[in-house]
Amino acid sequence: MTGFSEGYREPLRKERNSMFNVAVITGISLLAILFRVYVSRFIPYLQYLELPLLITVYFSLMWRSPIAGLFFGAAIGLAQDSLSHHPLGMFGIVKTLVGYFAASMSLRVDVGNPVLRLVLGFFFFFFHQLLYWVLANALLGETLGFEVPQALVVAILNAIVAVFLYQLLDRLKVTG
Amino acid sequence: MEFFLNRYRNLSVLVAAILAQLVLLAYQVKTNGDVRLIRVWAVGAVTPLARVIETGRSGVSHFFSDYFVLLDVRDDNKRMRAELDRVKMDNQYLRAELSTADRARSLAIFQQHSPSKTVAAHIIGNTTAPGARVVFIDRGSNSGIEPGMAVITPDGIAGKVTKVFSVSAEVLLVTDQTFAAGVISQNNRVHGTFKGLGYEGSGKIEHVQNEQKVDQGEWFFTSGDDRIFPKGRPVGEVTTVRQGKTEKEIFVTLSGFRNGLEEVLIIIEGVHAAIPDAPVTNQTVHLLAPPPADASTPMIQPLQTGPVSTDADRTKEQYRKLGQQEGHVYGERSNGAPNYNTPLKEVKPADVKPNEAKPKEAKPKEAKQDKP
Repeated sequence: MTGFSEGYREPLRKERNSMFNVAVITGISLLAILFRVYVSRFIPYLQYLELPLLITVYFSLMWRSPIAGLFFGAAIGLAQDSLSHHPLGMFGIVKTLVGYFAASMSLRVDVGNPVLRLVLGFFFFFFHQLLYWVLANALLGETLGFEVPQALVVAILNAIVAVFLYQLLDRLKVTG
Repeated sequence: MEFFLNRYRNLSVLVAAILAQLVLLAYQVKTNGDVRLIRVWAVGAVTPLARVIETGRSGVSHFFSDYFVLLDVRDDNKRMRAELDRVKMDNQYLRAELSTADRARSLAIFQQHSPSKTVAAHIIGNTTAPGARVVFIDRGSNSGIEPGMAVITPDGIAGKVTKVFSVSAEVLLVTDQTFAAGVISQNNRVHGTFKGLGYEGSGKIEHVQNEQKVDQGEWFFTSGDDRIFPKGRPVGEVTTVRQGKTEKEIFVTLSGFRNGLEEVLIIIEGVHAAIPDAPVTNQTVHLLAPPPADASTPMIQPLQTGPVSTDADRTKEQYRKLGQQEGHVYGERSNGAPNYNTPLKEVKPADVKPNEAKPKEAKPKEAKQDKP
């Protein structure tokens, strides 16, 4: 029974998988992290834009593979940790979970729908912020503030940016 | 087991990845250590790009400002700003020395002690952690930077180096909530600990007892107790002082970020300085406008040129001329004025009459106080 379901699901998933050039993935990941490090220095409001998270969600949704999603999330998260003064692993754990859940969800929904992308962008941003806050308080004993109204507003803004960003990234898919 | 791993392959990998990162995190927290290799890779990948972009951005910006907007003014401005920064630091050092010794001695001390050796650096990026005040600078171990070195601006302290890579370094700013430095107040010499508040421009002083005296408007300087910042660097001005439960609640406005935070100085070899008694440089001093020329007020003309030079001489000369007209010499009695420099004759007690035993005490005149 299991073999049948796996055999049935696998070709369908591969058929819908999106492929990207390795250089494109690396370049986009670097740019997203660079944006977080560099651009927010000149425009402080842009520090609320969590581009590394948005691209983690995007590639996980497109690949439709939970294992690929969680490894990609872990890599982006650890890179982000390396550029913070926190111990390595905080962003890594959070983004690993985001990558895994985003890829798992992509097996059940149509990831090309802009409305669904908006909802997923909103949900995963809020989940990311909440989980980071929980881990920082529980594991590091930090007393970070978490204001729900502010987090909701920023989540909406990130979701709107995500819709347009994902449209742009769709053009970088390898065709054929 | 094999069936379980095959059935829940994705979940197994997820649990393994999370556990691996938890172990990594626990190792760092437990040993207070760092996994340097991963950081070096990430910083090595990102900071060169940031430098390139920063160079391009500043190049384009300078091109437009140089050739289209201000021509050569920008160069002059840059040179003058650099000169002003240098003069500010020299001035502050001299003020500190002048407050503790006379001018000649302080100049000698200044000549003997060279000021702190510093390296200029440019800020090239922020940290990725939310709420943290950490920046990256474009100087690293190749320039002699080491973890724990103090980072300053000509106006005050800015932060400290926390991690060093080959061509870049991470600096924890004074505004970060985890930042702390030993400080001392200017007037009352009260020791305390400066801590960041997590937002720009302000900080607080902790560990100052309620019994100790700190005034609003008083300046705090680094005390040198933390072995990071040399003594005598300005930290900030007290804006609020309140009595707490056992310790005072003191808030200060930071002086180091006055002119923004684009370029900083890293102290390679620090030199301790005394806490200046005079107000900190850069303080705005209100000067009244010069009085207007009033036609009704008679102008005192100088009487004559030559040897007469002081007001007393001119007054004496005025009376001399008046006396010549009246045939009288002002300021001289028949026997002349007594010479107060000659020693007094010893008065024997027998010579003193009973009613003259006690000298009369002259009543001091009540001085009129001019109200401002």
